[in-house]
Amino acid sequence: MKLSIAEALRKAIYDEMQRDSNVFCMGEDIGIPGGYGGAFTVTLGLEKDFRDRIIDTPISEEGFFGIACGAAIMGMRPIVDVQYGDFLMSAADQIVNEIAKLRYMSGGKLKVPIVMRAPVGVTGRGAQHAQSLEPFFLSCPGLKIVAPATAYDAYGLLKAAIRDDDPVLVFEHKLLYGSKGPRQESGVLDASNEIPDEDYIVPIGKGIIRRKGKDVTIIASLLMMHFSLMAADMLAKEGIDCEVIDPRTLWPLDIDLILESVKKTGRVVIVEESPKQGGIGAEIGMQINENILDYLISPIIRIAAPNTPVPFAPKMEKSYVPQPEKIYNSIKSLFQ
Amino acid sequence: MKKSEIDSEKIKEDIHKKVLNEIGEQKALEMFQKMIEIRQFEERLKLLFLEGKMPGTIHQYIGMEACAVGACSALNDDDVIASTHRPNGHAIAKGISMDELMAELYGKSTGCCKGKGGAMHVGDINKGMLPAIAIVGGNIPIAAGMALAFQLRKEPRVSLSFFGDGASNEGTFHETLNMASIWNLPVVFICENNHYGASTSVKKVMKVENIADRACAYLMRSDIADGMDVLDVYYSTKEAVDIARNNGGPTLLELKTFRLCGHSRRDPNNYMTKEEIEYWKAKDPINLYQDFLIQENVLKIEQVEKIKEMVEEKIDKALEFAENSPEPKPEDIYEDLYVTMEVPR
Repeated sequence: MKLSIAEALRKAIYDEMQRDSNVFCMGEDIGIPGGYGGAFTVTLGLEKDFRDRIIDTPISEEGFFGIACGAAIMGMRPIVDVQYGDFLMSAADQIVNEIAKLRYMSGGKLKVPIVMRAPVGVTGRGAQHAQSLEPFFLSCPGLKIVAPATAYDAYGLLKAAIRDDDPVLVFEHKLLYGSKGPRQESGVLDASNEIPDEDYIVPIGKGIIRRKGKDVTIIASLLMMHFSLMAADMLAKEGIDCEVIDPRTLWPLDIDLILESVKKTGRVVIVEESPKQGGIGAEIGMQINENILDYLISPIIRIAAPNTPVPFAPKMEKSYVPQPEKIYNSIKSLFQ
Repeated sequence: MKKSEIDSEKIKEDIHKKVLNEIGEQKALEMFQKMIEIRQFEERLKLLFLEGKMPGTIHQYIGMEACAVGACSALNDDDVIASTHRPNGHAIAKGISMDELMAELYGKSTGCCKGKGGAMHVGDINKGMLPAIAIVGGNIPIAAGMALAFQLRKEPRVSLSFFGDGASNEGTFHETLNMASIWNLPVVFICENNHYGASTSVKKVMKVENIADRACAYLMRSDIADGMDVLDVYYSTKEAVDIARNNGGPTLLELKTFRLCGHSRRDPNNYMTKEEIEYWKAKDPINLYQDFLIQENVLKIEQVEKIKEMVEEKIDKALEFAENSPEPKPEDIYEDLYVTMEVPR
């Protein structure tokens, strides 16, 4: 059946809750009858099937992330979410100091199988409901980080995350959810897929080549991956053949897939929606440098948001987010 | 409040007799020995630390022994506890061996956390103790989460969170008490009010006299016990634990206690008054309990020295174990982070 990302995530949660009675959800507004099923409808209606395991919380992110951590240590498999990725900062102590470190501090005697979901992306809401905070958590050993850009991956990666024995952060993009009804966003992209009616997972740590090409490797996740595909189409008309890699997992990075591609193309462009300072591009770019510098024909290019908070005014906002045209222009200049 | 006057001697006498009757002489003596173990272990650590023999830092539990021993004695083996940056008392009381504890403090691979935890993170989940959390207030939601797991699986187990007066000013304290209350979680929040957050007096950072009163904001049951009186602590904890185990919900239990030592390292307590220290020294929990046990004919004064010597030997043995244990190898850094993957290098 054809599902949006929001529907695919919902189905993944439903299927895993059916399969394993230790799986439960915790979050704000996730299971209120007559409510929204979380900020973007992902858990809509699940409370009808799992009354005791869809737990609506007060607005206490640090508290309920910690509660999920404790439950996970005692053998449960919590899925917690924040309404906007920005609110991860309210829970940051539990994520960074406890969830990510407890197994290590215990000398490997315990595990923290927790899934943390966070919607990211710039969507006309100003500076505090817009950030792509992946880079912050990328610098925290102990976490795994995934970022599904399609419904197929959303279903498979979320299931893999729920079954994983380590803590997994799942970044989802507001413009890719395909949320319907009153929670629909403007400016959305269609990321829906046919979802096979079978029990599959997308393994954590495996990227995918979204478009094959020989001239330049573009690496991008979430919305930027879709924008990169658009730019690649435009560039194809100019005779520039782009390979687009969607890492799908940001940590552990599928560096082998990236290196193989770069060895072939010799050119790299990394696109991200977060500011350039301390970004994902810095991490991926340096890994390429460290491993296969000799293969590079031109310097690695980072296309990122400005080193500022997200502005509100629609004109500024549009300029803040790397648009397909910007990706197109940057890559075209590589060949002039 | 269950006991309107916590210092009422009459009430306490009743409690002491009741508890002794309930736990029996053997357990009463075991609790006495545990308190001595904690005291002497901490005193030895101080020497080892000052001599520069032990790596890391120290946060000592001297003066607070009644809290850990009284509370942990009220638990079943499969109940769990969560501790703080001052965890040695809780670790010994919950049954982590002195060998593994000392080895952890020495950063050896035989330590209870294989040398990856250290002085502020000792624990062993297999013995029901979460590795201690050294972020003030950080363990409070985790303890509630362990209780949520018990509740969801309908297991008759209880979780207990130890934290200090300082932690009751953290957001996690308030967020968690609220959630534990609305969800009726089987958790007991034990605030060891030792009257100082590092060097800062509680009087300077909160207006309430009793931290237990903060429970009323969440319509949670609360209680106060004398944290220098091991049987009083046992009594109040047991009551709270029994209520939690029988789906009666959480309790905020405040233990009025005092550090008869510095906050950490070489802290000479210059921020405490002499009178204050003398007042609390007169309530030394080990002396109080010893007097009671002698008065009740459970303990003879001659036995006390023997117990102390036995404990010293146990500490000697633990020290020897720690010193003779192998150091972790540098490549062990990469072990024990993830369950299902190697650390990317």
